[in-house]
Amino acid sequence: MVTRNCWEVDPAMPYVPHTPQEIADMLDVIGKKSIDEFFADLPEDVRLKAPLDLPDGLTEEEVRRYFQTQARANQGQDVLTSFLGGGVYDSIIPAAIDPLVSRSEFLTAYTPYQPEVSQGTLQAIYEWQSFICRLTGLDVANASMYDGATALAEACSVALAAARKKTLVLPRTLNPRYRRVVATTMRGEGIKVLDAPMGAGGTTDPDELGRILNADVGCVVIQNPNYLGLVEPVDALSAKAADTGAIVVAVVNPVSLSVLKSPVEYGAQLAVGEAQPLGIPASWGGPLLGFMASVDKHKRRLPGRIVGRALDTRGNNGYVLTLQTREQHIRREKATSNICSNQALNALRATVYLSLLGAEGLAELGEANLIRAAALKRRLEGIEGVEFPFPGPVFNEMVLRLARPAAEFRAFARQRDVLAGILLDGFESCGQGDLLVSVTEKRTAADIEKLGRLLEEFLGESVEGTPEEKR
Amino acid sequence: MSGAETTVGPKNGGRWNATLPDSIFAKGSSGRRGLTFPAWDGDPVTSDLPADCRRGIPADMPSLGEPEVMRHFTALSNLNHHIERGMYPLGSCTMKYNPRLNEQVAGLSGLADLHPEQGPEDIQGLLAALKLLENSLCELTGFAACSLIPAAGAHGEYLGMLVIRAFHLARGDRDRDEILIPDSAHGTNPASVVIAGMKPRTIASRGDGRIDLDGLREAVGPSTAGIMITNPNTLGLFEMDIQEIAAIVHEAGGRLYMDGANMNALMGKARPGDMGFDVVHLNLHKTLSTPHGGGGPGAGPICVTEELARFLPGPWIVKVDSEQDGKNGGTYTLEKIPGRGSNSIHSYFGNVGVCLRALAYIMRCGGNGLTRATECAVLNANYLLARMKDFLEVDHSAGCLHEFVATGSGWKEKYGVRTLDIAKRLLDYGLHAPTIYFPLIVEEAMMIEPTETESRESLDSFVAVMEALHEEAKANPELMTSAPHVTPVGRMDEAQAARNPDLRWAGPCNCG
Repeated sequence: MVTRNCWEVDPAMPYVPHTPQEIADMLDVIGKKSIDEFFADLPEDVRLKAPLDLPDGLTEEEVRRYFQTQARANQGQDVLTSFLGGGVYDSIIPAAIDPLVSRSEFLTAYTPYQPEVSQGTLQAIYEWQSFICRLTGLDVANASMYDGATALAEACSVALAAARKKTLVLPRTLNPRYRRVVATTMRGEGIKVLDAPMGAGGTTDPDELGRILNADVGCVVIQNPNYLGLVEPVDALSAKAADTGAIVVAVVNPVSLSVLKSPVEYGAQLAVGEAQPLGIPASWGGPLLGFMASVDKHKRRLPGRIVGRALDTRGNNGYVLTLQTREQHIRREKATSNICSNQALNALRATVYLSLLGAEGLAELGEANLIRAAALKRRLEGIEGVEFPFPGPVFNEMVLRLARPAAEFRAFARQRDVLAGILLDGFESCGQGDLLVSVTEKRTAADIEKLGRLLEEFLGESVEGTPEEKR
Repeated sequence: MSGAETTVGPKNGGRWNATLPDSIFAKGSSGRRGLTFPAWDGDPVTSDLPADCRRGIPADMPSLGEPEVMRHFTALSNLNHHIERGMYPLGSCTMKYNPRLNEQVAGLSGLADLHPEQGPEDIQGLLAALKLLENSLCELTGFAACSLIPAAGAHGEYLGMLVIRAFHLARGDRDRDEILIPDSAHGTNPASVVIAGMKPRTIASRGDGRIDLDGLREAVGPSTAGIMITNPNTLGLFEMDIQEIAAIVHEAGGRLYMDGANMNALMGKARPGDMGFDVVHLNLHKTLSTPHGGGGPGAGPICVTEELARFLPGPWIVKVDSEQDGKNGGTYTLEKIPGRGSNSIHSYFGNVGVCLRALAYIMRCGGNGLTRATECAVLNANYLLARMKDFLEVDHSAGCLHEFVATGSGWKEKYGVRTLDIAKRLLDYGLHAPTIYFPLIVEEAMMIEPTETESRESLDSFVAVMEALHEEAKANPELMTSAPHVTPVGRMDEAQAARNPDLRWAGPCNCG
């Protein structure tokens, strides 16, 4: 071994308390002469012969400065006006959340496998499950999933297993990122995936869905609002699925459930989605917060942790992880999923958010999104070179069809500190002129006016060709 | 009552003085608000959302003001054990201190506020940091390429299995779908194999959890896709025959996956890439000090050999040559090479915020500090082992690495006190329990991992508590079999919880 013992090199490593004297004393107690002796089982051939080729440790101030420099080299939604959505939204994060979730009692606690000293985490998860049940109208929710996409993939597996079928129907209007993750999972499970085509209105056509359904289909996915922001004909789609006995899995934005029909109201047996808008920073897409809920009969098939309320030996109420025979640490290869670590701390963020929100706040939040979407549409209507290819109802997101390439507008707007939206070229019938624009409760009239003026300026420069030709 | 208390509650124990608050759903009063939104400040406008799209029955939610919400969750927090309260000797979980610096830097504006649809031009600083982390993890593990995308250890296992499967399929090796797994493995291993579309095949390990070479030779064949090995294994022992194992599996055409849950034993000492492994996952929330958060979010990046790199999912962070500089407004781009999306496992790029925390830790420690962390983690485990083997049965004649497995079967026989009872009684003393009843191959197992961030005094007090428990077990075993006594709740009726599950608040709101 040529590696030097590190405390000889650098005596100040603050996360490791041992002094050289303490190390010597501890080695005496153990009866060893050096720490190297502990590594005697490592064959000589595999031992690292040189120190790790990593820089020396830095002081706290130096590390902080590095990250501040990196952060300054970025520009995010704090300094830019964001109309980006597509599953992650620029939402208002209440100040109360950070102080609570950064309490070491929550932050540094392990998974609550010892319920007697984990009641705080357990009760919070139970309350999160309760909130998700109330939002979706379903009976059972789990402790969280990695994100909306993985939640959907696992929900499809649950539905197919419950239906004992091997065919899944995904709508073409589904978030393409979710589609990719579901495809990976279904390939592993040997599932056939059929597509429900998108109709002219940008939503799934119930008759078209009816035509591809057959007795082999175990699960039909509905995303509402769909990737283009449009409200799907959920009742008609669900009725078609019911005709052949397929289980409906709903993908929903939890904020939209303040005003849009809840999954239980259209007969979905499972609901999943991305709960990032409930108080979670966008953080370039992670950590996010997937949720999953189901009707009671699927509770023993759900993946991940579930908390139940029960009595302790003293006869008092308490909380405990339950139905664990579903899980990988008991079932191993027969488990319904391999998920172990989840997104617990983000579920706590969302639970605090929903607690602050209350019934009236929830209603106000939904209306705030609807009103801004309506205001955006009204502001942009009549701008020459802007069309709304899909006129159906939306929640907080819509497609603009520009007479010039949307990529050029995106760059033009970015120069003026606006993140204009997501390019849709390649998604279904969308083309180069199409842009997905989102407005949350955070957008002001001035923000919307700014986007309107930028579009006028950009399109006024020269309108090259008609929207039809741009498709 | 004070007399009874001194018997039941240890003198220096963790008295909680905390009881469960009412459910948040029972609190508050209709009309209260903890959160309001800016009113629409433009011309009056109404939504044209048709009635038949609208929700029929509103979701019933409790109504509370912000102070009540703060008190509720603070009251909940007081019911948790956590690292800053006391030791967490959970084997295989590496419950080391979570530096606050990590939290501070990951929360910076310019990092936490980035939208995942923002392109490279807006996120050069982030991409540089993530690339630095990828390179650091490759150096730490001895591999060529890294994917930061897996959001947890099990997610990393899943991606690793997908990568191995894709590698075989790309060579036309369609029948290689069997992954060998020692019976000492964690339950996520076989579960990950199954969901990746392969078949786990259990192979017996020897008494020390190490792999039986003859059994392995018999098990490999044309259907062998690979093997999953935890190294050091779940008994805390290094797989001494690893090069021989690698030779056997490689010769049979398979690839080697290392579950890196125990990487805290090896930093700066040995690297999976140098041992013959082809893939490893790291648990950033174990080895690299990011917090567990009561169950997550963690992160489980994987590192792979050059030959497997092309099967990692995109987007890839690529540093562009200097002559191309400026093309994308910076020096890093995101590449989506055709075909790479096929192993997509997350909407975006995984738990980016967790990755930034791990990078802060690596930079703070440096190569030397990481090596020292491993050395002191191993020193601490051996110190506990040396001090406890007189009264606790441990079959570790040759010492251990960062953790060891004791068995409570002696106490069970002699005093009628099971491992579960020891675990529960430890809670009364303000300590967390070790990992219990795992690995499955050891009876009444107690897996103890102190980590390097515990001081000698902290270890000594743990030993003192275990000694006290030993005396209690002899003198007053009922005290242990009925433990815990001073925690906010007693043992939960888990059987009842599973038989009649109560999984959500079903009552009305604001009823308290």
